[in-house]
Amino acid sequence: MAEKFDAIVVGAGPSGNAAAYTLAKGGLSVLQIERGEYAGSKNVQGAILYADAVEKIIPDFRDDCPLERHIIEQRLWMLDDRSYMGTHYRSEDFNEEKPNRYTIIRAQYDKWFSKKVKEAGALVICETTVTDLLKDDKGRVIGVRTDREEGDIFADVVVLCDGVNSLLAQRAGFHAELKPEHVALAVKEMHFLPKDVIDARFNLKDEEGVVIEVAGTVTGGMVGTAFIYTNKDSLAVGIGCLVSDFKKTGQTPYSLLEKFKNHPSVKPLLEGSEVKEYAAHLIPEGGYKAIPKIWGDGWMICGDAGQFVNALHREGSNMALTTGRIAAETIIDLKKAGQPLSDANLAMYRARLNDTFVIKDLKKYKDLPEVLHENPQFFSTYPGILSKAAALWFRVDGIDKITKEKEMVQAFTKGRGIRGLLGDAWKMARAWR
Amino acid sequence: MHIVVCIKQVPDSAQIRVHPVTNTIMRQGVPSVINPYDLFSLEEAMRLRDTLGGKVTVLSMGPPMAEDSLRKALGLGADDAVLLTDRFFAGSDTLATSYALASAIKKISETDPVDIVFAGKQTIDGDTAQVGPGIAKRLNLQQLTYVAKVEGVDLEKREVVVHRRSEGGVQVLKTSLPCLITMLEGSNSIRFGTMPDMFRAARHQLRTWNAEAAGIEDISLCGLKGSPTVVKKVFAPSARKDKATMIDVTGKSADEISAAAIDAIFKAQPKLEADMLELAAGTR
Repeated sequence: MAEKFDAIVVGAGPSGNAAAYTLAKGGLSVLQIERGEYAGSKNVQGAILYADAVEKIIPDFRDDCPLERHIIEQRLWMLDDRSYMGTHYRSEDFNEEKPNRYTIIRAQYDKWFSKKVKEAGALVICETTVTDLLKDDKGRVIGVRTDREEGDIFADVVVLCDGVNSLLAQRAGFHAELKPEHVALAVKEMHFLPKDVIDARFNLKDEEGVVIEVAGTVTGGMVGTAFIYTNKDSLAVGIGCLVSDFKKTGQTPYSLLEKFKNHPSVKPLLEGSEVKEYAAHLIPEGGYKAIPKIWGDGWMICGDAGQFVNALHREGSNMALTTGRIAAETIIDLKKAGQPLSDANLAMYRARLNDTFVIKDLKKYKDLPEVLHENPQFFSTYPGILSKAAALWFRVDGIDKITKEKEMVQAFTKGRGIRGLLGDAWKMARAWR
Repeated sequence: MHIVVCIKQVPDSAQIRVHPVTNTIMRQGVPSVINPYDLFSLEEAMRLRDTLGGKVTVLSMGPPMAEDSLRKALGLGADDAVLLTDRFFAGSDTLATSYALASAIKKISETDPVDIVFAGKQTIDGDTAQVGPGIAKRLNLQQLTYVAKVEGVDLEKREVVVHRRSEGGVQVLKTSLPCLITMLEGSNSIRFGTMPDMFRAARHQLRTWNAEAAGIEDISLCGLKGSPTVVKKVFAPSARKDKATMIDVTGKSADEISAAAIDAIFKAQPKLEADMLELAAGTR
């Protein structure tokens, strides 16, 4: 006799865990299926944890969640081949009782979250792949088929949290195959160093951490960014670009990472470290316009599978947690009201998301992916110009300041042209509003 | 038929590293797996159960986290699981481990007599291959090690026939039940459990026994106290000092490259060259 649950959650990443946890806490019978050996074994992220999104699910998560460092300093770097120009923001206010952002190691964090999911009462089954959705003769999703014998399992609703590729949703015809210009490929390495070395190099103490986000010539003219995150005794170092750009330029992610690690501003930070891990991951960066329909008769989509990533602000896991939570809350509310989990009723999920930062932020930047994709100068020309201007400004060499200012203006007008500059400003302003 | 399979949770040796200074194994962050050799025994046990009926109980001694390995075995198709965990077991060598496991098997037999005990040939972390035979000795069981194939079990006559790999051949052995068998690697391949197996594994109430529950009579034979083995020194084999000889191959033909490679080998090992020449001349 096949098993039947109130809800089946496919995937044990942030959105799947948020959904399964919330559903189980709401008293529903929940089965969570994960294809990896354990929750987190397939998951890759930088990784930064945004406390707010977790707090709304597990208010006292800080009590036992494996956290690395809380972030007190954010650095944004514009890199050319020999220099960087950047802004740093550091504040003692970030040393607050309940910090806002943390670095985490996903393998540990996901295991912790999975334990919480089990404690909440959900049944978690790993090493099992959902191969298809089961539908009734009206096209309503009524369960899942897995790769195991006697593998059909039934449920009132299936919540798809199966990550960026979401092969399941594709196979079911819920969305088309990902477009190469809508997805970034990121690679990262874990560089291990003693804690006191990291503290000294990054001007930190105790649990304090730094995040460095980098754009510039290091991506070889492609749309992308690099990063360095401080963990307790390791640094996460990575870089990612759009898949379409990798295809067009023929550059490899690994060669970019080598270039980044050997940049004169980066190399001293990594000196003497031991690399223990190399990982790669796809990130959905199509933004608002790439979001598919995320609900239907008996099914919902959350997290990366729904393309919920704000590439500009490096936010994704918080959107995954939030979409997973709100999907679960919608199910719980409908069940309580005795309403069927139909296409019409589950539309409430999207309506609720519209009122959150998730949809509001993605909508705000809806044109940005296209603008950046069509205007690679933001990643290739400008870093060089900025660096040149800064060098002129800071070098003391007997040349008067009026002449220097003229040269700086020329760096911009020659580097990009007046029309180009105005056009870029207009495009950016429109994409940003 | 009731079969007990002893399994051990071990660090995945493919991902383990040795600390450069202290020479100790760095287990932190290394995922744990069921000792791969144990899986051949588990599969063989389940095949016997599938054809002859009965049940398979997996037994493990270890820290509480060893529960993961037992649950995994249940998901592969085992019927029942017992975890021996107690601080008194910490630091056990093979003598103390076999004592604890033998006691537990005796205890299991009280309610559900055991016909065959399976164990892995050896573990990938200790590599001693002593625990299986140790259990057999303590329980006074016939022991069949290095078994490549279980030919058959006759429950009427209470006999088992196995193929045992030995140096230079295969022995076909018959013995009486109960007995202990350790399976050779490659003798079968572990199955992919069914969905009902996975549900059962996720919901199963494991039996967790401390020393008392396991029927341990003499606690001084357990753990560090009961372990006469002393680790005198732990060291990592040092990296070889000899450097590889590089041969420049740019613009060279395959013949030239192979000639250069042979020259380089003979230069490093003159005796080899002399031997080869003698062989070629037929003077040897």
